[in-house]
Amino acid sequence: MTIPATTYPVERFTLANGLRVVLAPDRSAPVIGVAVVYDVGIRSEPEGRTGFAHLFEHLMFQGSENLEKLAHFRYVQGSGGTFNGSTHLDYTDYFETLPANALERTLFLEADRMRGPRLTPENLRNQVDVVKEEIRVNVLNRPYGGFPWLKLPPVMFDTFPNAHDGYGSFVDLESATVPDAQSFFEKYYASGNAVLAISGDIDVAEATRLVERHFGDVPTRPAPARPDFDEPDLTAERREAYTDRLAPLPAVASAWRVPNPIDDFAAYLPYVVLAEVLTDGDASRLVRRLVQRDRTATSIGGYLGFMGEPFETRDPTALLLQAHLPPGGDVDKVLRTIDEEAEKIAQEGLESGELDRTIARMATHLLRDTDAVLGRALRMAVLEQQRGNAALINDLPRLLGEVTEDQIVAAAATLRPNRRATVEVKINGGTE
Amino acid sequence: MSKRDVPALGPTHELSLPGTAERKLAGGLTVIAIRRPSVPLVELRLRIPFARADLPGTSLLTQTLFSGTHTLSTVDIAAELQSVGGALGAGADPDRLLVSGNALVDGLPRLLAVLADVLGDATYPADEVGTERDRLVDRIQVAQSQPAHLARVALLKRVYVDHPYAVQTPAAEDVKEVTPEQLLALHAERVHPNGAILVLVGDIAPDAAIDAVEAALGSWHGAAPQIELPPAPSLVPGPLRLVDRPGSVQSSLRLALPGVPRTHPDHAALQLANLIFGGYFSSRWVENIREDKGYTYGPHSLIEHSIAGTILVVSAEVATEVTGPALLETWYELGRLANLPPRQDELDQARQYALGTLQLGSSTQAGLAGLTSTYAGYGLRLDYLAEHAHRLARTTLDEVAAAAAKYLAPARGVTVVLGDAEKIEGPLTGLSTVERSTPA
Repeated sequence: MTIPATTYPVERFTLANGLRVVLAPDRSAPVIGVAVVYDVGIRSEPEGRTGFAHLFEHLMFQGSENLEKLAHFRYVQGSGGTFNGSTHLDYTDYFETLPANALERTLFLEADRMRGPRLTPENLRNQVDVVKEEIRVNVLNRPYGGFPWLKLPPVMFDTFPNAHDGYGSFVDLESATVPDAQSFFEKYYASGNAVLAISGDIDVAEATRLVERHFGDVPTRPAPARPDFDEPDLTAERREAYTDRLAPLPAVASAWRVPNPIDDFAAYLPYVVLAEVLTDGDASRLVRRLVQRDRTATSIGGYLGFMGEPFETRDPTALLLQAHLPPGGDVDKVLRTIDEEAEKIAQEGLESGELDRTIARMATHLLRDTDAVLGRALRMAVLEQQRGNAALINDLPRLLGEVTEDQIVAAAATLRPNRRATVEVKINGGTE
Repeated sequence: MSKRDVPALGPTHELSLPGTAERKLAGGLTVIAIRRPSVPLVELRLRIPFARADLPGTSLLTQTLFSGTHTLSTVDIAAELQSVGGALGAGADPDRLLVSGNALVDGLPRLLAVLADVLGDATYPADEVGTERDRLVDRIQVAQSQPAHLARVALLKRVYVDHPYAVQTPAAEDVKEVTPEQLLALHAERVHPNGAILVLVGDIAPDAAIDAVEAALGSWHGAAPQIELPPAPSLVPGPLRLVDRPGSVQSSLRLALPGVPRTHPDHAALQLANLIFGGYFSSRWVENIREDKGYTYGPHSLIEHSIAGTILVVSAEVATEVTGPALLETWYELGRLANLPPRQDELDQARQYALGTLQLGSSTQAGLAGLTSTYAGYGLRLDYLAEHAHRLARTTLDEVAAAAAKYLAPARGVTVVLGDAEKIEGPLTGLSTVERSTPA
C-alpha cells in the first residue's frame, strides 16, 4: 500500500527579537490552532525544585502585564476556544484552538504573557495547592500512578536532570518562591527560546502582520545555552521494584537507550518502528506471544520516549516496553520472553508483509494526529524548535516508509538484558 | 506602562457542514457518508442497538468480536486491517454496541470486507474467548481499584436504582461464566442490520462510499428484536450517600441533577446554564474551588445523554481535608444560580464558547464521525448542529435563569461522595444527612 502524505504549506520566519514563527495555512474549516513552545522542561529545573517547570507552567496562566488573573481563560473560552499547557522533559507548550476570528486576540494573549506573567505569592500558593491535587489525582490516589514515566527514569539514569521526579515532591513544591519563578522566567522564557506556530484558517500575509504587531515589541532575550544531558549507556542490567498499595495486579516496564533522536534521526527511526512491530495490535510480536499464546501478560505496550512522544524528545531517551501481568504473574518470565522475541527478530528477520503493514498503521496515526489544527500546530512548533524543520511534519510518513528490514533487525539486536533498566510494580501482600 | 486593549473578535463564520449522503440498504442498515478530505483517511462508526443485552456477555463480546471467523484468525484480522493502516474495535453501553475504526482511505474496501466477515461470521473461538475472558476479569479488577470508577458505579446505582442503566460494569464472577456458545447466541440474536447505523467520514466520495458499503455488507442480514428501554426514573433526592475508601487521600464528589434530551425546548438554555455554573473552566464553580480555593485540579460538570434519559453530572476530586468545604461551595454555586439570574456577560461568554465548540468539534474527521454517529442514535442528523447553533444564539437571559431554577437547584439532585469515611463523615454530617454504603 502506498503511504500517503500531507502537503501542508509551511511558512517560517524569525522576528528581530529572535522569536521563531511557523505559519501553516489550511482554509478547509474556519478554525485555528495556536501553539507557543518554550525550550525548557523537566530536565532543566534546578535541584531542590523538583516539579518547578510544571508549577511554572501553571503560573503562566495567572495573569500578565495587561491581563488580570482569570482573564486569559475567559478571553479564550469567550472566543469559543479551548486552551491548555503541558510540561514535558524537553519543552513546555501553551496552546489554544479556536474559531478563526479569534486569531488576533489569541496572539495578544500569548504575547502578553511572553512579556511577563504576574507572579504573586497568592497565585503561587493557590497553584501549589492545585498542582498537589493534580499529583494526587494522577499519582497518589490511583493504582499505577506515575508508572512508568516517573518510576523508570531514576532506575535508568544517574544525573539529576534525567533521573528526578518531574511532577515534584510536595516539599519542593511548597518551598518554591516568587523570586524562583522570576529567575526561571528570565532565564528560560526568552523570545529567543520560543517558537510560535499557527495552523488552520489564516491568511499568511495578515497573520504575519498580526504576529509582528503583537510579538514585535517583546523584549529581545537570547536563548540560554542548553546543557548536554547525555549519560553513558548502561553496561549492566539495572532493576528495581516498588510496592503500589493500590495496584491489584503486578506490572513491569523496561527501557533501552536509543540513538540521539535529533542528531541521528535516521538511526533513531528504526526504533520507532520496532516498538510498533513489537506491540501494535493483535498481529504484533509481543501481543501474539505474551498475551495470546503464553498468557503471561494481560497487556503490553511499547513506545519511544518516557512520555510516549517519539518526535518531541531529545537525547538521552529510550525505547520502553510495559506489561501488566495476570494475578500471580511472573515478571522474570515476561522479561525472558521479551528477550527471546527481540533475539528472534535479530536472528530471523521479519515476516512477509510485517514491516509494510506496521508502517501503514503508523502513517494512519500520524495523519490522524495532525487532522486537528491544534495537533498540527503543536507538532510543527516542536519540530521547529528541536530540529529547525517544521515542514518535517509532511515527511514523517514517508521517512517511516523508508525504514528497512535490516535496520529493524539491527535495532532489535540492541535490546539486550545488559542494556536494560527495569522497574517492577509489586502488589500489596506480594510474596516475593 | 500604558495599558493595552485586548483585540476584538473578527467577524463570525457561519457553521458550514460538509457534503453528506444517506441511504437505507435492503437489510435495514442506514449508511451515512460524509466528505471531509482533510487527510487521506476514512473514519468508521457502526452503531447497533443493544438495549437489554446481557451485560457480562456484551462486555466479553466487545473483546472477542474480532477474535476469528471461519476464514480468518484473530491475527489474520488484525494483520489484514493493519495492512491498509486500519484497525477496528468495539465498545458497548446500555443503549448500543459501537464498532469504531479507521484506515488509509484507499483501504476502505478492505476495511469493509473485514467488517462484513466479522459481522456475518464471527466464530468466538474457545481459546481466544478464554484469553479475553481472563483479560477482562483482570481489567475489571484494576477498574475497581480506581476511585473515579468506584464513584461512577456508586452514582449510577444511586441515580438509576433498578433501571438497566444502574449497572454498566459486569461483576468479574459473572464474566467468568460466559461461554463461547453464549457469545454466538448473543451475536445471532442482536448483531443485525435493522436499526443499525454505519457512518463513514473522510476523503471519500459519499455516494461511491455507500456503494462500497452496499457491495461489502449486502449479505449481512437478519432481524434483531427492537427493544426500547423504559424511561429512566426521575431523581429521588435523599441523604448524601457516602462510600468508604479507607486511606483515600482525595474524595470523589459526584452530584447528579435532572437534564433534558437534545430535542427538548429547554436544552439550549440548560446547556448554557450548566456552562455558567461549572461546565467549562471560566465558570463560577471552577473559578471558585480551583482558582480561588485550590481545592481541586480538574472539576467538571457535564450533561450526559442516554436514549432513555438525560442527567447532569457534577464531578470533582478534592483533597480529603477540604471535602466538606468543597461540597459546600458546590451546593452554594448551584443554589446561587438557581435562585439569582446570571449576568448578561456571563451568558454571552458561555454562548460564544458553546458555538465555538460546535465549530471545533466538526472540524476533524474523527469529530464529525463521532457526532454524526451519536446524533443518529437519537434520530438526529448533522443538520441538528446548525439548528442547535441557532437555538444557542437566540436563548435569552430569562430562559437561562428559568432553566437554572428548574434543573440546577441542589435540592433536586443526589450526592455521592467516595472517600476515607473515617475522616470525612464528620464534616459531611454537618452539611447533610448521610447514609453509608460500601463499594460494590
